[in-house]
Amino acid sequence: MADTALVDPATGLTQAQLAARHGLRVAGERPSLAEYSRRLWAYRHFIAAYANAKLVASYSNAKLGQIWQVLTPLTNAAVYYLIFGVVLAQKEIPNFIAYLTTGLFIFNFTQSAVLAGTQSISSNLGLIRALHFPRASLPVAATLTQFQQLLASMVVLVGIVLVTGEPITPEWLLMVPALLLQAVFNAGIVLVVARMGSKSSDLKQLMPFIMRTWMYGSGVLYSVSLFNRLPEWASTLIQYNPMLVYIELARHALLEQAPLLNESLTRLWLVAAGWAVVAGIGGFVYFWRGEQEYGRG
Amino acid sequence: MVEHLAASNDVTITLPRVGERIPTVVVDDAHVIYRVHKGAGGGTTPVAALRRLVKRTSAPNIQEVHAVKGVTFTAYRGEAIGLIGSNGSGKSTILRAIAGLLPVNRGAVYTQGQPSLLGVNAALLNDLSGERNVTLGCLAMGMHPDDVARMTPEIIEFSGINERGDFASLPMRTYSSGMAARLRFSIAAAKKHDVLLIDEALATGDKGFRKRSEQRVRELRESAGTVFLVSHQLSSVRDTCERTIWLESGLIRMDGPTDEVIRAYEAFSNKK
Repeated sequence: MADTALVDPATGLTQAQLAARHGLRVAGERPSLAEYSRRLWAYRHFIAAYANAKLVASYSNAKLGQIWQVLTPLTNAAVYYLIFGVVLAQKEIPNFIAYLTTGLFIFNFTQSAVLAGTQSISSNLGLIRALHFPRASLPVAATLTQFQQLLASMVVLVGIVLVTGEPITPEWLLMVPALLLQAVFNAGIVLVVARMGSKSSDLKQLMPFIMRTWMYGSGVLYSVSLFNRLPEWASTLIQYNPMLVYIELARHALLEQAPLLNESLTRLWLVAAGWAVVAGIGGFVYFWRGEQEYGRG
Repeated sequence: MVEHLAASNDVTITLPRVGERIPTVVVDDAHVIYRVHKGAGGGTTPVAALRRLVKRTSAPNIQEVHAVKGVTFTAYRGEAIGLIGSNGSGKSTILRAIAGLLPVNRGAVYTQGQPSLLGVNAALLNDLSGERNVTLGCLAMGMHPDDVARMTPEIIEFSGINERGDFASLPMRTYSSGMAARLRFSIAAAKKHDVLLIDEALATGDKGFRKRSEQRVRELRESAGTVFLVSHQLSSVRDTCERTIWLESGLIRMDGPTDEVIRAYEAFSNKK
């Protein structure tokens, strides 16, 4: 080590003593978890503004602009209906269109949040290297952007559900807590993939395949009763698949005769809440532990 | 720091020493080594990669660059310090270490508050209007929404992007590089920073803007901040900084009053 004990002639202190004396902090030090949470809360205005800005920017080049918020989920639903409803002529499920679109829109919320989250650090390096703010703001904002998208697709979904002849029931209100739990779950997962994506740029290429596999395991496109043909342990495992759980909650709330894999509604809610808590807290802690590394390199 | 002074009348009072300087950045024998990926080279087979993972050795195509080799200095409140030196001398690296964006491998960097690095790469959202970028940038600096709303017109006025039509409402991707740099500087300069690190950001503006920004840097200094300026334009260093540090190959070659250091530096680079 070179001469660390170099003494400032004016004060007779070493550099470290001088720093300590004036309360200087080590540059880029990670704050405690409580302090980090507090800072993140202080940045809530930034998170909201950033999420909103991203939403506006995503359609700024399209002529139809914000109408795409509604058109995208509609087109998506139309394509899948054409294949699974018309070509493959699904007969097993009553009101298949509503069944399909509910699953599709709920899954799409997580899917697009995760895909956006994977890049939320790596695509904002300019901002990260220029300004200091709790980095968790970016993945959380990515989740929030997708939540706003989800609200637009929920309008479409309600339209589809009503047109296909489902009655409005008090159970529809259960959509609110179900979506909130899913949003917390998503935020947690997004925080995890954001940290992983900041390190390895290959994850971005891999993520679409992971999400597609997850979609086939969540009973989005076909009847969940197909899972009963699997061995006992596999179908039990799938019952705890968070995406299946959130989709089933939505189907239970909106549809009258949709087939469900989980018989017990209480357990469904417990699993949904459990996943939200585990992913939310786990993801936040995992992301916080990497706070100093973002933007470096 | 507080000194006990025996005043001429027989009361002992506690006063800060006259002219006492408060340090804002203390750099103590900082070494920065960063890794550069050379791209695909030898030993990239999956087996070799797996062996590296198991043995925890670094990939052979990564080269280590020792960019800063033991730099020690102290910056005080109210100072504007220029950093000069040839390309690759470690100026930008040391700024990023002060900002806490690059870890020091040895030694330490201590700072007061959170230094803000203002570089030419500080990209905001290019698809959004300049006005919206101002709002976002200010919020990202931790300003309160009320202050942001109040200051937005001032910032746009200062940046001068509206001098040729209403550019503030156009997306930033339509801006010239000079306009974008001016807007970025104006956003960062809107807040009082304890320590502001400017990396070549003043070089892009036109003459009028440069004058305004130099004035602003002076104001920031007066509001008890410390400003670091990395520039190849010696004139802008001379105009804004009274102290200059000359770095060469990751070491401090000279640290002192701007005039002296720049004279020595000019003599050095003319000789080369």
